[in-house]
Order: sequence, then C-alpha cells, then structure tokens
Amino acid sequence: MAESTGATTRQRRRRLRRTVHFGEPLPPGAHTFRASWLCGPSVLWMTLFLLLPLGFVIAMSFAQRGDAGEIEWRFTWENYARLLGHGALGFDPVQPVILLRSLVVGLITAVFCLMLGLPVAFFIAGLPRRWKGAALTLVVIPFWTNLLIRTYGWQLLLAPEGVVAKLFTAAGLLRAGEALYPGWPAVMLAMVCDYLPFMVLPLYASVEKLDWSLTEAAADLGAGPLRNFWHAVLPQIRPGIIAGAILVFLPATGQFIIPDLLGGAKVALLGSAVQQQFGASRDWPLGSAIAVTALGVMFLGAWLHTRVTRGHKEVGLP
Amino acid sequence: MNRRLPLAGFASVLVFLFLYAPLAVVIVYSFNAARYGVEWRGFTVDWYVRLLDNQQATAAAVNTLQLACTSTFFATLLGTALAYGMSRYNFPGKALFQHVLHVPVFIPDIVMAVALLLFFAVVRKFLAGFELGMTTMTLAHITLQIPFIAIVVRARMEDCDPQLEEAAADLGAGPWLTFRHVTFPLMMPGIVAGGLLAFTLSLDDFVVSFFTSGPASTTLPILIFSSVKRGLTPDIHALASLIVLVSALTVVTVAWLRGRTEVKT
Repeated sequence: MAESTGATTRQRRRRLRRTVHFGEPLPPGAHTFRASWLCGPSVLWMTLFLLLPLGFVIAMSFAQRGDAGEIEWRFTWENYARLLGHGALGFDPVQPVILLRSLVVGLITAVFCLMLGLPVAFFIAGLPRRWKGAALTLVVIPFWTNLLIRTYGWQLLLAPEGVVAKLFTAAGLLRAGEALYPGWPAVMLAMVCDYLPFMVLPLYASVEKLDWSLTEAAADLGAGPLRNFWHAVLPQIRPGIIAGAILVFLPATGQFIIPDLLGGAKVALLGSAVQQQFGASRDWPLGSAIAVTALGVMFLGAWLHTRVTRGHKEVGLP
Repeated sequence: MNRRLPLAGFASVLVFLFLYAPLAVVIVYSFNAARYGVEWRGFTVDWYVRLLDNQQATAAAVNTLQLACTSTFFATLLGTALAYGMSRYNFPGKALFQHVLHVPVFIPDIVMAVALLLFFAVVRKFLAGFELGMTTMTLAHITLQIPFIAIVVRARMEDCDPQLEEAAADLGAGPWLTFRHVTFPLMMPGIVAGGLLAFTLSLDDFVVSFFTSGPASTTLPILIFSSVKRGLTPDIHALASLIVLVSALTVVTVAWLRGRTEVKT
C-alpha cells in the first residue's frame, strides 16, 4: 500500500514538473527550445564522443587488414567469420574458444556471486534501519576503489610465500614453493571479489521488499527451511537475482585486467582479446569485430535487465 | 524461517573479509620494512616518506589530479544542465537519449577505450598536430563521467517536490529567484554527490586512460600497471594505499551526504 501511494506521488510530481514551470504553465513549444540549450551540449557531446566512435568500431569491423597492419576499407565479413572459427587453413578454434570461455567465466562468476551475495543481502536487510546505509556503503567501497590495486592485492595474497599459499601448503593442498597464480583459481577469486557488489545491491533491493508473512504461512503449513526458501522466498527475489546476474555477467565477460595480471596467457577473455588485437597483434578490424560482439552481448543483457526490473524501483549503482 | 538469520550474519562477515582482503593486504604491505618479497620484516612508514622523492610518482600524481579536476569540472557542468533539462522538459528523441546515457555504465571499459582510440586516430588524420595526451584523456573522461553525474542529479531532482517552487512563485519570487533560492539548493547535494563519484571514476580509471594517453601523460593507475608488470617497489604500495584511502573517503562522503539530505516522503 505504501509502495503504491509513493509511486503515484512520484508520477504526480513528474507531471507537475513537466507542465508547470516556476508556478507558471509552460506551453509545449517552450519545451524543445529550453531543452535545446540545457541538454543540447551533452547530447552533442555524447553523439560525438560515444555514438560516433562506436559507429567507427562497427564500420572498422567490416574492414580488412593489410599485410603491414594497415587498414583497407573494403567491405568484408571475414572478421566475423574468423570469430566463428573460419581460418585460412580450415577451422581455427582460437577466437570461438575465447568467446565461449568468456561466456562460461561470466556465468560462473555470476553463480558464485549469487551464492556469496545472498547471505549478505539477507543480513543487511535484517539490520536495524540506521545500520543499513552503513552496511551498503561498506559493500560498495571496494567497487569504487581501483581495480588494478585490488587485483594486485590478490597477487600479493596468492604469491608463493604469501599467506594463502602457506595455509594451503600447511593443509597439504599445495607443494612448497608453488604459487596459486597465474591460473584459473586466482582469476575466478578476483572476479567474484570484484563483481560481488553488483550482485548484492539488486539482491538487497529484492530482499528488502520480501513479504515475510508468506514464509510464516509456509512454515505453518509444515514446510522445512529448504522448501520454504524454494517456494516462498525464491519466487519473490527472482527479479533481484536476474538483475544481479546480468550486472555481474556483462562486465565480467569484457574484463581484461584480471586475466592479464592473474591468469597468464591461457586465460584470455573477450576484453583481453580486444586489447590483444588493438595492441600487440595490430589487427584493428578483428579487434573491432570482437568489440562489436561484446557490445552485442551487452545490449542483449541490458535489454533483459530493463525487462526484468520493469516496475521495480531502479536498482542501479550506489 | 526467521528474519534474523544468525548463519547469514556469520557468512556475511566472511564475505566482507573476502571483499576487503585484497585492499587490506596492499595497505599492510605498505608498512612492511622488507624491500623485496612478501616476507614481513617489521613496521615502517619509510615508504610514504620515500614516495615524495619518487619523481615519476609525483609527476603522475600531478597529471592524475589535473585530469580528474578538469574533467570533473566540465562533466559536472554538462551533466547537471542535462539532468535539469531532462527532468523538466520534453524534447524529440529524449527516450532514446536516455538509453544512450546508460551505454557508458553498462559497456565494457575496453570497448569504450578502443572506440575512442579509433576515433582519435581518425581525427588525427584530418587534424595535424592532434596528439594523444592530456587533451584526449580529458575528452574521454568527460564522456565517461557525464552519464554518472546526470543519473545521480536526476535521481535527486525526482525526489524533490515541485510544489516548493510553486510556493516560492506564489510568494512573489520570479523564475530566477526561485531557481537561485529553491531549486538550486535542492539540487546541490545531488550535484556534489555526482561530482565526487565522477572524480573517483576519473581517479581510478585505467583502461580508458591507457588507450587514450600519450607518452607524457602517465597517470597514477597507468604507473601502477606498469610497475605491477615490471615488479613493484614498496613505495608503490604506499601510493596504492593512498589512492584507496582517497576513493574510500569520497564514497563515504557521498553516502553521508545522501543519508543526511534524503527527502522523507
């Protein structure tokens, strides 16, 4: 009930803001004129420095690479064919493997973030009101600190003589002198640690709205904790789970610092592949095709995200 | 099922430890007396003092601050005007532009970085003397920051009651006086919060900076990246800890500002 009156207040205010201006009614013609000098500069800016460059990337993905790394503007589908594994000597798995690997890594990261994020979301939602804000701030602080430094922190933690390695060696899980990085475990640890805030925020927004009387009803009807969670809690927080999973999955596939610093050469993701092609390999058309693929994945995810969160108060960044 | 889950509390503490472990370890090592390796050799603040003598680091710090201040200034101007205009007026293509604003938030950094690199390369073909450097980085950072500021300021404006403006008008204030004394002060917490977030965004950005920087425009994140690649000296630990501290303080300030000025409905 409180939710619905809140929404109508919001709508009424928005309507008021659009039709009345400092107490005077505003004719519809004045809108475009006033918007043009307030919003115009930013619209121009974003068109020039965001849309146009992205357009260049799309155009470049259909261009060809000359022998010396120069760009020839002849239309070709070749770059996309290479992404699908079409090589000069038959099937070339390098690019398709990177694409598949990115999707799998994104998915695994999302699943782990969900498992770690759920207890945190429930814990924060159960805190007294004045502690909630502080706890949420504590969740987002790492997100706003430098990713490089956090990734480097994992290097320190997992180094051969580091704390974790010693513990592992003592437990007999690791031979002395061996490091836990570079490799998959290190990459996944850093990824989950990095994207956890993206999962906790939307989850928390869902848990906060949870109708607990349903769980009480389920308990009264004899449901155990597991069945209770599955049938009474999970359906209610599904929007938060999906939103969080998308928010984690999208940036995770495009990551390149973490694979670069913790993974070594074998753990290239979409982001690393783009960096590779624009950097050392100097194959800008292929790099552009990979970037366009990443963009496509992003648009798909963003579209899903708006569909899922429609009707819910925006669960965005802090 | 109980609302207060003791197990959830315990698990959360572990998750928070996990979340802060990489930051904590860098800060701890910045006080480590050992020059090489990860062995603990006693407490020292020597590395913080040495940092002042590190000319690369100080030059990079100057670049970073200059970049962050310039870009935040322009982005705040543009983003605030944008948020104000969008919450007040309708214009053709507004719904579409709203989606465009979310692109830099969702897009992988690297895609944005190579797009700008490509764009600047094309511009350089037509404009002699246009080189990658502070200018291109500033342009890139403003593009990253505008959406964040616009989103934060707009959220703030949506929370404010337009009847306050009506009341001011009823009491005889003209549009300018109303804006100056009612609207703008109401927007102010949003502008400050958005500006601070944009500032940390610029301060911490590595990927976009890396691709749009020139040889003379090394920033702190770029310096840290190349040091990590080459092997780190302990004074970089101190530097990294300082950067973490600045970012954390900024986020706490933003949260505090928001909590203090929250509009009760």
